[in-house]
Amino acid sequence: MDWLFFFEISLAGLGTGGLYALTGLAFVLIYKATRVVNLAIGELLMLGAYLFFGFAAGLALPYWMAVLLTLLSAAVVGGAVERLLIRPMLGESPISVFMLTIGLGSVLIGVVELIWGPNPQRLPEFLPTTPLFLGEAYLSSKIAAAFAAAALMVVAFVLVFRFWRGGVALRATASDQAAAYSMGINVPRVFSLAWVVACVIAAAAGMLVGAIGGIAPTMGVFGLSVLVVVIVGGLDSVFGALVAGLLIGLLEALAGAYLGGEYKLLATFSLLVVVLMLRPYGLFGTHEIERL
Amino acid sequence: MRIGAAKESYAADEALFDTAVQWRWLLAFFALLAIFPFVATPYWLFMACLVAINVASATGLNILTGYTGLVSLGQAAFMGVGAYTVAWLEINLGTPVLLNLAAGGLMAGAAGMLVGIPSLRVKGLYLAIATIAASVIFHFIFANWTSVTGGVSGLTMPPATILGLTLDEPRHLYWLIVPITVLMVTGAANLFRTRIGRAFIAIRDRDISAEVLGIRLLRFKLLSFALSSFYAGVAGGLWAYFFRVVTPESFPLVMSIFFLAAIIVGGMGSILGGILGAVFMTLVPEALKMAVNWLSPWLPDAVALLSPVRVIVFGALIIGFLLFEPQGLAEIWRRLRRQFHLWPFRT
Repeated sequence: MDWLFFFEISLAGLGTGGLYALTGLAFVLIYKATRVVNLAIGELLMLGAYLFFGFAAGLALPYWMAVLLTLLSAAVVGGAVERLLIRPMLGESPISVFMLTIGLGSVLIGVVELIWGPNPQRLPEFLPTTPLFLGEAYLSSKIAAAFAAAALMVVAFVLVFRFWRGGVALRATASDQAAAYSMGINVPRVFSLAWVVACVIAAAAGMLVGAIGGIAPTMGVFGLSVLVVVIVGGLDSVFGALVAGLLIGLLEALAGAYLGGEYKLLATFSLLVVVLMLRPYGLFGTHEIERL
Repeated sequence: MRIGAAKESYAADEALFDTAVQWRWLLAFFALLAIFPFVATPYWLFMACLVAINVASATGLNILTGYTGLVSLGQAAFMGVGAYTVAWLEINLGTPVLLNLAAGGLMAGAAGMLVGIPSLRVKGLYLAIATIAASVIFHFIFANWTSVTGGVSGLTMPPATILGLTLDEPRHLYWLIVPITVLMVTGAANLFRTRIGRAFIAIRDRDISAEVLGIRLLRFKLLSFALSSFYAGVAGGLWAYFFRVVTPESFPLVMSIFFLAAIIVGGMGSILGGILGAVFMTLVPEALKMAVNWLSPWLPDAVALLSPVRVIVFGALIIGFLLFEPQGLAEIWRRLRRQFHLWPFRT
């Protein structure tokens, strides 16, 4: 066995895993606050990447401005989606809301194709491209930079939601909606907040994913792996999303390198089935007890 | 004018239809189905066959999702199992068509039971995602078990033959596909007049209560999965005879979403809803295509717009129905009926 190769593959896998973890975070945030399983997360990510493409390549704005505008528009999209689609579905069965997000994903794909066309595009290079070596192991510096950015955002996110009032409100809502309401927390606003923040995170992840692999209307498939990440980690566990993100990234990279590209999804989904059979609520999710 | 339906016996309460008028409409509908192939153009016959196949599969999914409350995003994968079984039998053994279809249904049913095993441990969204996992794994098997499935290039099969007649165009296949679909839909409608069907509904409404009432959850959930996949398998088999080439890409995840969307748009937990939804969702893209053809003199790149617009309309239909008409087309139909019954009074 070639340990250097193994090490390089693992590093690349962990790099992608960082992006999985970041996107998983956006997913968990929405689930925790609003109990909505957002199947459109991959499409929201794609939308972010395309918005950045539009601002940076289409309008030729400087990168920092394009990033800022992308995040801002993602926030607006998140708020609008919550207000127009999710809010009216309050109290409906989770399945309906989940199907609604499938519909949303479809609409987003169509809109992006309508505006930017169905063909893959390349994002302008905004991440460093000089090769990076850890000891002897080669690591694409794009992946390293993306991982660093993702890690930074995760840390910032965790800190903000630990200490900021909005974060406290969000955690309170997540643990008990009715109690949060009666303690004077504006629960609907927390819902909006969760969607806005999650869409911003997804857009950021989309820019990083697009910078590494290019963008296409089909890049929402990324969301499929993220779905596995959050189920394996536990739908309502931030920590679970982080751990499972790295784990799935690693697993996909190894399966892709040693078995072949077509085994990537198979490996992750097989892991998903195993986890579902052993721990139906994910590795770190809470087991909800049902009573009559 | 008829206001309400006074029922005087349990049998009347359980009957499929509550008025004689409904039977007459049904007979008229069957007569229409019988006349249709003699008057329709090949294009409409093609569409009719496709619609019938989708109706069969959507009805199957409705048993599982609409009546038992188990969301599945694996319907297309089960159709694939049925299609591959039928194609393999037709090519390698040349067994009779109906036998192949039954075998396809049974294989898919077995696959469905296998996939349904997690349904006791997990439910709701976890289960939906487990069925996505199943469809990914099935796709992998279709693409890589080359000796049986022909790998990426798939299987190309000869046309169906019944009693020496070769069914190789929609005009002929119509007589195979539509009767089977009618049979399957009738079967599903009758299923919910039996113990099994009522057990399914009890599980949907509250599975813990159902268990307390003595319904064996695992057994009935697996049965529901098996039945629904059987429907998918037969539909997939018909699909295979219809298109005569089966590849791993024939049954993508989007197709599973399509069926789920069809029963949402039609109305979950209603046989009529499954039918209406499948018809509607199959015909909307065609209507869009026609609209585009019609617009093309004015809009030069209309054809290029077709595919994204289709995707948007698909999503918008799901969203629109969930937001504004959660009971689907079936509810609109019921409202219309009530309107006519109560006329000239207001509903």
